[in-house]
Amino acid sequence: MRLYFLAILLVMGSGVPGLFLRRRGGDVAAALMGLGAVLGLTAAIRVLAGGPVATLVLPAAPLATAGLLTLDPIAACFAIPVFLLSACAASYGISYWDDHQENARTLRLVLGLLAGSLAFLVVSTHALPFLLGWEGMALSAFVLVMTEDRLPEARRAGWIYLVCTHTGTLALFGAFAILYSASGHWVLSGLPRGFAATSQGTMLFVLCLFGFGLKAGVMPLHLWLPSTHAAAPSHVSAMMSGVMIKMGILGLVRLLSWIPDPPFWWGAVLMGLGALSGILGVAFALGQHDLKRLLAYHSIENIGIILLGLGLGTLGKSTGHPVLQVLGFAGALLHVLNHSLFKGLLFLAAGSVVHAVGTRNLERMGGLGRRMPWTSAAFLTGSWAISGLPPLNGFVSEWFIYLGAFRALGFFRWPWSLVVLTALALIGALAMACFAKAYGAVFLGSPRTEAAGTAHESPRSMLVPMGILAAVCAIIGLAPMLVAPALDRAVATLGESAGGPQLSLLVNLPGLTILALLMVGVAWLLWRWLKPVEQGGTLPTWDCGYAASNPRMQYTASSFADGLVAGLDWVLWPRSLGGKVAGNFPVDRPFESHVPDPVLDRLADPVFRTLSLGASLLRFLQSGQLHIYLLYVLLTLLALLLWMVA
Amino acid sequence: MSPDFLIALILLSNFTLVATSRVNKAIQIAVIQGVLLGLIPLAMGLGRHPHILFMVAAAITVKGWLIPFLLRRAIKEVQIHREVDPYIGYTVSLMLCALGTGLSLILAHVLPLKGGTQVILLVPAALATLFTGFLMLVSRRKALTQVVGYLILENGIYLFGLLLVEDMPMLVETGILLDLFVGVFVMGIVINHIRTAFDSTDTRHLAELKD
Repeated sequence: MRLYFLAILLVMGSGVPGLFLRRRGGDVAAALMGLGAVLGLTAAIRVLAGGPVATLVLPAAPLATAGLLTLDPIAACFAIPVFLLSACAASYGISYWDDHQENARTLRLVLGLLAGSLAFLVVSTHALPFLLGWEGMALSAFVLVMTEDRLPEARRAGWIYLVCTHTGTLALFGAFAILYSASGHWVLSGLPRGFAATSQGTMLFVLCLFGFGLKAGVMPLHLWLPSTHAAAPSHVSAMMSGVMIKMGILGLVRLLSWIPDPPFWWGAVLMGLGALSGILGVAFALGQHDLKRLLAYHSIENIGIILLGLGLGTLGKSTGHPVLQVLGFAGALLHVLNHSLFKGLLFLAAGSVVHAVGTRNLERMGGLGRRMPWTSAAFLTGSWAISGLPPLNGFVSEWFIYLGAFRALGFFRWPWSLVVLTALALIGALAMACFAKAYGAVFLGSPRTEAAGTAHESPRSMLVPMGILAAVCAIIGLAPMLVAPALDRAVATLGESAGGPQLSLLVNLPGLTILALLMVGVAWLLWRWLKPVEQGGTLPTWDCGYAASNPRMQYTASSFADGLVAGLDWVLWPRSLGGKVAGNFPVDRPFESHVPDPVLDRLADPVFRTLSLGASLLRFLQSGQLHIYLLYVLLTLLALLLWMVA
Repeated sequence: MSPDFLIALILLSNFTLVATSRVNKAIQIAVIQGVLLGLIPLAMGLGRHPHILFMVAAAITVKGWLIPFLLRRAIKEVQIHREVDPYIGYTVSLMLCALGTGLSLILAHVLPLKGGTQVILLVPAALATLFTGFLMLVSRRKALTQVVGYLILENGIYLFGLLLVEDMPMLVETGILLDLFVGVFVMGIVINHIRTAFDSTDTRHLAELKD
């Protein structure tokens, strides 16, 4: 615990020295963050490897004397991505947001605060430190989103985020109050059997689902997520998507660990929400032109996958099937780590692209694979992993959930786990289509704009973090047996009892490794055999022999995805303007299409617009005259006095 | 001297204040009212407590010397026109003040207060002074007269606090004095800022700040 505490302090203060340095503040921050990450990872891995669970107790009376901070396996599971990604983001930030930018210092300072709050939050097992960490995280993320506050888009995203996160915190206040009334203390710990079935238990679940779901970006509550991820600097997006939204999952996981007997419907709700966010998340990702918005919708999708796993585990817990518990929870927890790895990688790679081309619009990129080979490789690795393809890590966690769902078919009379299977299959296929579109539009073909044609590879301080993340993705994918014991320990904390079956007995882990190695081997052989004939110079992409091809003849990102978007238009409702060609000699016509967000643009925006119109009717009260305001005070006083008397 | 007599004088000073048309005179009346207030604890026979004596001295010094000194200096420095410049005419103000006093007499009768005070007029006078202060705040245009209104308002609260003076004197007194000081301080800043920004101390100009 002492090690972990030191890590929190180092990470939190990593941006401070930079405030006093003229130059190289980024290097110092990255070094401190890296050191803190090494310490924190050591502490977390020690717990996951079977070390003792450490608890910090304060003698101060108002904070209760038991369990203020606890580094247990669940906390360790979430602490690993926190530290890994913060260190990578800090190193990436050295060149991505260098000292010449006017707000580089603020950005570094607040990034450190965000990482520190997150590290603090994951070990909190008392309502007060939990809310402290939660608000620290929410507010520092708000400042980070507002980094480019001269852009109206960033300001809008920031405010929407602030409103959403505080609404969520309000729900958490309610949830903790219920916990307090149920247990009599503010330490977040196990609740008595039977509590979950009471109306208070239902309230607790609903409030937690709302508060944590809002943070995690579960589908109907995701309204803040896409614009925030798009507007923030890329390494901040990586942190937010990779780690911050996972804190919502952390909350739900903690809730499930307190409840010994969750009702059946909890699991069903989690599963339903998971399927909804998963499928709709990836469907909306398909319609995006903005590279970072696309990735943001994929975060929603992956939260959906995690929820599917959690739902499966919860159903196992409530019906007493330890096999489902182990597979569902292990899949969900591993996917938390995996998603932070590959989504962090993808956001960092996307940041390199944005840095090089100067736009986030997919239609203005193209052909970058030649100029940015390393970034391209990193993005490809991330895409491979997020699509859930072997031999990378995304496959492993999804495989656990698949296996759990298949097992569930045998346990129950109703084949409800078909929902999980269908959803997962659909998500995987659509994700692959979406990343084929994104990778193709960005890195393949020929450059669509001049900026894309003159792009340059990123400096090493940006490539190394991507390399680290990609390597961890590959390690987990190739050797899942390394993480299995750690997952067993975490699931034992989360599940009903420690006596559940081991993961290694349920899944053929060596088989997965052999399969992965086999696939790598075959791929390598194919690449050797099919390697094109050596020739001099670089040639343009093969254009079927057409003599006068130009970049505008390529598939655009939208046209590539159009088949699927048009097929899904009953949920996506894409909007397109112009583009109708008439006559024998048509003139130039503008055309644009986009897919507005269903909740933010179609529901929340009109509702709040109407509310604000209604509120403007009260504007007459604000006259600007001091006397009138004082008159209001007087009238209120009189009214209160009279009301008291009457 | 019975406290009721002093309180009657305070009520009278309220009426005079509302009817007065000169800024200087308004300050003078506020001073008189402050001193009268300061004397009330003595008249209530609380002079035997040394700390109450100390607070009487403090209240009289602040209300009778420090604040008027600051206000007069403000007049000199900012060169304020001497007219009070009301939104509501003097006659109407007088009538409103009378209405407020009447209302407070009724209210004091029906309000669920802790009994036991011998001074019958204390609560109604407190409420009446409060209303008068508010009336000044609402109906007078100049920032300086607003400060006076604020002082009167504070006087009303001070009177109310006298109900509790025996139980928790320190708390009530220091709270009130601090409040007063902050009030004058803030208003002083406001006056100065209005002047530098708009070349006048008319609070109407503040409406330009409206968003």
